Amino acid sequence: MNIAVCVKPVPDSKYYDQIKIDPVTKTWDRSGIPTVISDLDKHALEAAISIKEKHGGKVAVFTMAPPTMKDTIMQALGMGADEAYLISDRAFAGSDTLATSNILAAAIRKAGDFDLVITGNESDDGSTAQVSPQLGEWLEMPHVMNVIKLECNGNSINVTAKQDGGSIEYEIGLPAVVGVTRKVNKPRLVSIMGIMKAKQKPFNVFTANDITPDPNFIGLKGSPTQPGGIASPEMGRKSEKIEGTPEEIAKRIVDELYKAGIK
Amino acid sequence: MEIQEKKNIYVGVQTTQVRDIRDFMMEINSYKNILVFAEVNDDKVCDNSLELIGEANRLKAMRNNDSLVIAALIGNDVKKHAPTLFGYGADKVVAFDNPKLEIYRSDLYGEALAAIVRNYHPEIVLVGATALGSELAPTTAAKLRTGLAAHCTALKILENGQFTQVVPAFGGKVLGDIYIPNHRPQIASIKAGITKKLEYKEKNGVVEDFSCELNGCDRMKVVKVEKDTETKKSLNDADCIVVGGFGIGSKEEWTKLEELARLLGGANGCTRPVLDAGWIDNEKAMIGTSGVAVRPKAYLGIAVSGAAHHTCGIKDSGLIISINKDEHAPIFACSDYKVVADYKKIVDALIEELKNRK
Repeated sequence: MNIAVCVKPVPDSKYYDQIKIDPVTKTWDRSGIPTVISDLDKHALEAAISIKEKHGGKVAVFTMAPPTMKDTIMQALGMGADEAYLISDRAFAGSDTLATSNILAAAIRKAGDFDLVITGNESDDGSTAQVSPQLGEWLEMPHVMNVIKLECNGNSINVTAKQDGGSIEYEIGLPAVVGVTRKVNKPRLVSIMGIMKAKQKPFNVFTANDITPDPNFIGLKGSPTQPGGIASPEMGRKSEKIEGTPEEIAKRIVDELYKAGIK
Repeated sequence: MEIQEKKNIYVGVQTTQVRDIRDFMMEINSYKNILVFAEVNDDKVCDNSLELIGEANRLKAMRNNDSLVIAALIGNDVKKHAPTLFGYGADKVVAFDNPKLEIYRSDLYGEALAAIVRNYHPEIVLVGATALGSELAPTTAAKLRTGLAAHCTALKILENGQFTQVVPAFGGKVLGDIYIPNHRPQIASIKAGITKKLEYKEKNGVVEDFSCELNGCDRMKVVKVEKDTETKKSLNDADCIVVGGFGIGSKEEWTKLEELARLLGGANGCTRPVLDAGWIDNEKAMIGTSGVAVRPKAYLGIAVSGAAHHTCGIKDSGLIISINKDEHAPIFACSDYKVVADYKKIVDALIEELKNRK
C-alpha cells in the first residue's frame, strides 16, 4: 500500500490577526509568523501512517514550496512518513489551484505507483478546498472530499463524506484521492526520536525538468485565475461602550435589541 | 479546454499571431449568460442556490446586455423544481434527470455539469459552497480546465466589463480580487447567506431537458446515505443570534446562552473552538470562514474574541453587540456596542431583564 500525502506549509493560523496589509504596495506582510504544516494535512498524514501500519507499504510526502520550507517537511517525516518530495521551481510560482494540482499530480506520477492519495480538505491560508478534487481530476482517479471516516480494506476504501444534513458512504476501488476533515482522526505528535529518524529518510527535490505536467497550466502564466488587488475587509463600527451595573447594562442591551426589531 | 484546443488548431493552419489573438477573443465572446447550479437537497432546492439566482440577476443587470440567467438542475426527478427556480428569477431552466444521478457522486455530477456548461457556453457559473458544491465546483472547473474562485464574498463587474470575484484568505483577514481573463466559463462558489434571493414571483418559463452519456468511474459506488436525525434550525432563519466563544469556559455555562437565545426567540451560534469542545452539537452553528456566514437583525457576541475568520462571517449583521472582559478584544472594533466586563454577570442580568419584560 503506497500512499501519497500532499502537505502544505502555511503561516500558523493562530497568528492570522497579525497579518498586515501595506496600503501602498497592496501586499501583505506575514513577517514574524512561524510556518507550520497546514492543520488538516496533519490529519491526512495520520490517516496515511495508520493505514501503512496496518497494511504495510510506504507513505510519501509531496510539497510544492520554496526550498526554505524544508524544515516543515521534516516535521511530516518526523510524524512517520517515509520519504519526501519537494517540488520547487521558479516556473511554478504563482500557481493557482488548477496549476498546483496539475504540478502535484505530475510529481506523484513521476515518483511511482500510488494506491491512495490523501490531502487535507483545505489549507489554513487559502481555504479554497479545491486542490484535492482537482488532483483527482488530473490523476484521473475517483475522488471524495469532506471525508469524516476513512477505512482501508487493502484493494478498496470505504469513505464517509459529510453532506449538508447528513452523509454519504462510498466504496472505492483503489487508486483514489481523498480529502480529509479533522473528524477523521487525531494526529499523533512528533517525537524527538521521530525528528532524529527523519534526517535519515530520503528527501527528493523535483524541479520543472524532472516532471511533465500539462505545460499549459503551470505557474502564474498558466493559471486561469489571476490575482488582482488585495484589501483588508471593511468591518469597523462605532464601538460605543455601554457602562453601568450589570442590570443597567442588561437593560440597555435589551433596549437596543428591541430597537433592532427583536421581540 | 475548448479555448486551448481551438488555439492549437489555429496554430496548425499557420495563422499570424495577431489573427490568433482575435480568434481567441471571439472564442471568449461566444460565452454568454450566467448559469447557476440549482442544488436539490432532501427534495428541495437549496436556499443557497436561490440566493445565487438573485445574485445572477444582479450581475445580469450590470452586464446590461441580453444575458439570461440559466438554472441547471441535476439529479433524478428534479425537473419538477423548475417553477421554484423561475419564481426566484431564472430565465431558463435546464433539467438533467437520470437515475444514475439519484445520489451525489463527484464523478457523475462533475461530468453532468461539465456537459451542460459545454452545451450552453455560459460566461459565468455560480455554485453554492455547500458540502456538495464545494466539491462539484472544483471538479467541474478541472474537467473544463478553467478558473474557479472559492467562497467569494462579493462579485462585481467593473466598468470595463471585467468580472471580478472577491475571495477571503488567511481566514478572512485579507480579501483579494480574482480575475479569470482568458478562460471560460468563470466559475465562482459562494456560501449561503452572502447573496440575497429575490422576492418570489409566480412566473413561467421554458424548461429544457438535457441529457448526455454518463460514464462515471466503475470503481466507485454508494454504500449508504444517512440523514441527520435532528433537523437543526439554520442560523440563516434566525433574527437574533447569540454567539458564544471559547471564553464561555464550560458546557454548563453554555446552557445559559441557550436560555438567552430562547428568550430572544433566536438561535445559538459559535466559534470553531466551541464546536471542537463539543459544547454545541450543530456544525451549522459555526460562524466564519470554514462555517456559515450570517446576516441576522442582531448579533450578540459573548466571550467571543473576534478572530478574523469569525468576524468575516458576521459583518453583514444588522446590529452587533459584544461582551468581553478583554478591552482589546478585536471583536469590539466591528461592534456597534461593546461591554467590557465578565460576561457571566451580564448574561444573568440579561436573562432576568428579558423574563421581566415578557
